[in-house]
Amino acid sequence: MSAIWTLVARDLRLAVRQGGAVGTALGFYMIVVALLPLGLGPDLNLLSRIAPGILWIALLLSALLSLGRVFESDFEDGTLDILALGPLPLELVAGAKAFAHWVSTGIPLALLAPVLGILLNLDLEIYPALVATMLAGTPAVSFIGAVGAALTLRARRGGLLVALLVLPLYVPTLVFGVAAIGSLLGPEGFLAPFLMLIAISLGAVVLAPFAAAAALRAQMQ
Amino acid sequence: MQLVAENLVLKRGGRTIINGLSFQLGAGQALLLTGANGSGKTTLLRSVAGFLKPFTGELRADGLDDEQELGELCHYVGHLDGNKPHLTVMENAAFYAGYLGGLDASRAQVGLKKFALAELADIPAAYLSAGQKRRLALARLVATPRPIWLLDEPTVSLDTASVALLVDAVNAHLATGGIVVAATHLPLAFTMSTELNLDAQGKAA
Amino acid sequence: MTLSGWVLPWVSALAAAIIAYGLYLAFFVAPPDYLQGEIARIMFVHVPSAWLAMGCYAVIAASSFGLLVFRHPLADVSAKAAAPIGAAFTFLALFTGSLWGKPAWGTYWVWDARLTSVLILFFLYLGLIALRSSIEDETLASKLTAILALVGIVMLPIIKFSVEWANTLHQPASVLKIGGPTIHPSILTPLLVMGAGFLVLFIALHLKAMRNEIMRRRVKALQLAEVARAQAGQVPAAAE
Repeated sequence: MSAIWTLVARDLRLAVRQGGAVGTALGFYMIVVALLPLGLGPDLNLLSRIAPGILWIALLLSALLSLGRVFESDFEDGTLDILALGPLPLELVAGAKAFAHWVSTGIPLALLAPVLGILLNLDLEIYPALVATMLAGTPAVSFIGAVGAALTLRARRGGLLVALLVLPLYVPTLVFGVAAIGSLLGPEGFLAPFLMLIAISLGAVVLAPFAAAAALRAQMQ
Repeated sequence: MQLVAENLVLKRGGRTIINGLSFQLGAGQALLLTGANGSGKTTLLRSVAGFLKPFTGELRADGLDDEQELGELCHYVGHLDGNKPHLTVMENAAFYAGYLGGLDASRAQVGLKKFALAELADIPAAYLSAGQKRRLALARLVATPRPIWLLDEPTVSLDTASVALLVDAVNAHLATGGIVVAATHLPLAFTMSTELNLDAQGKAA
Repeated sequence: MTLSGWVLPWVSALAAAIIAYGLYLAFFVAPPDYLQGEIARIMFVHVPSAWLAMGCYAVIAASSFGLLVFRHPLADVSAKAAAPIGAAFTFLALFTGSLWGKPAWGTYWVWDARLTSVLILFFLYLGLIALRSSIEDETLASKLTAILALVGIVMLPIIKFSVEWANTLHQPASVLKIGGPTIHPSILTPLLVMGAGFLVLFIALHLKAMRNEIMRRRVKALQLAEVARAQAGQVPAAAE
């Protein structure tokens, strides 16, 4: 089992060394969130009402930026072949890499969200709920995204294609994520959507590696 | 232990690459695969590693417990080196020693020494020459003990001295009862080796 | 192939006949809706389209399962042929839904649970078609598209549930409820007839598309064989 942590540690180290990818995703997140008030007008009341949705959608788009590369570089330099020969089944390899993506990209994005909330005049009382829902929902983003990354390894126009394939699958996470935050603005409860969010993330963590590994196997032949 | 192939048929992308191949390799024996480009040498190696399942026929290692997959007994050094450019030489080697065999960095050091890379241990792999990168790939053969070595054109980019290091390492492996299957254009002076020439129809010529 | 060739004209004719009958019932026999008037008759095209849109995805998912688990040779042909047909039915459902929306709700589009789910279903179809067309190797493309289809069928109920949970504007499902449909039979009968007609239409279109795909693959195999022959023949020719 230490093989999993060896792999996760390696991926995290690579993410830090190739600082570009994480930094770019964070920068993209900032720019998109900043762009929206420019397009929608500076009405602070409006912005604070739609802030949860903006923060979630921009996060999904930013995560997509770095997702295509989850398996790509390992596939291209031949490392994936050797990872497949290790003691771990390919499903655990895929899961470990998706987990590393969540730690290196998902969590930073989730932690950046409240900072960007300032740009959108988000109510300060909502901040705990914001961070909690993003931390609960980003595992689904990383793991479902990993399936998309695995499917599009060898495809032309891979980056755009991942977005087309994966964004519809993000809808449940988006819906419950926004609802959980927005519940503090409205009458609905926080707990129900939050639990659904966690359920989807857990489901993704358990099931996505199977689909991703199947896709990887088909392309390693 | 023995590596056995029986009437192996391998297909890729709908095309039959290997058409009814059989061989038997005992401990301490090496198999040299020769043949034109596209004759199926890489496909055969990848199927032993478990990346490609046989269409029909069987590929197995006799004398192995049921729990293990054939791939877990193999080292695979293919056309690509499998080095991460942003990690140092030592970090690359230590990762594989730890991941493939649960071994620590001292074993990695053994592998690096064997292929004359020890002085370059802290250099990022991106700065290495092609030959040095190849040697780094080969270093993992020695760092983590595994019975079956699958080598696809291992001498590409290697100078004469480095080829000698490789031959040394292979012969040492064979002497301890290991098995080697290597696809090669160069004649390689492995002890106890037989040649298997693949023709265009994927059979033994 | 010969069996399907024989069957196809009959199926097509049957589809045309049932749909014609259904349309007659829809326009001349069913009473106008007491709220929306004549415009509600578009439901007789919109609802069966939506049924087929979802049913077609189920066919693709089943074919994908057949490909990955049983390696049935026709499974991939079925999945590949069904995707554009399903996308077309989905688009028809969206389009007729939009036309219905303007007079009924005052706007061409509304983000209620039903329409949103169908829109996402449309995206899933587009994803399948896009993935398949962006991979050169056909065997690989069929496997990966099959995996995507199965991921989609697992996610579809979850997506539907989440969208429904998010808002409820559309009228509740009034045909498939426990305890029987709550629509008056004079509306229900034309609806079911149109549904049956669309189903037979789908069968006809699917059969035709599968036959086309099989023929395309045969042509390709013949061309590949020609290439192989030319290559083998070149060497002795050059030696002469």
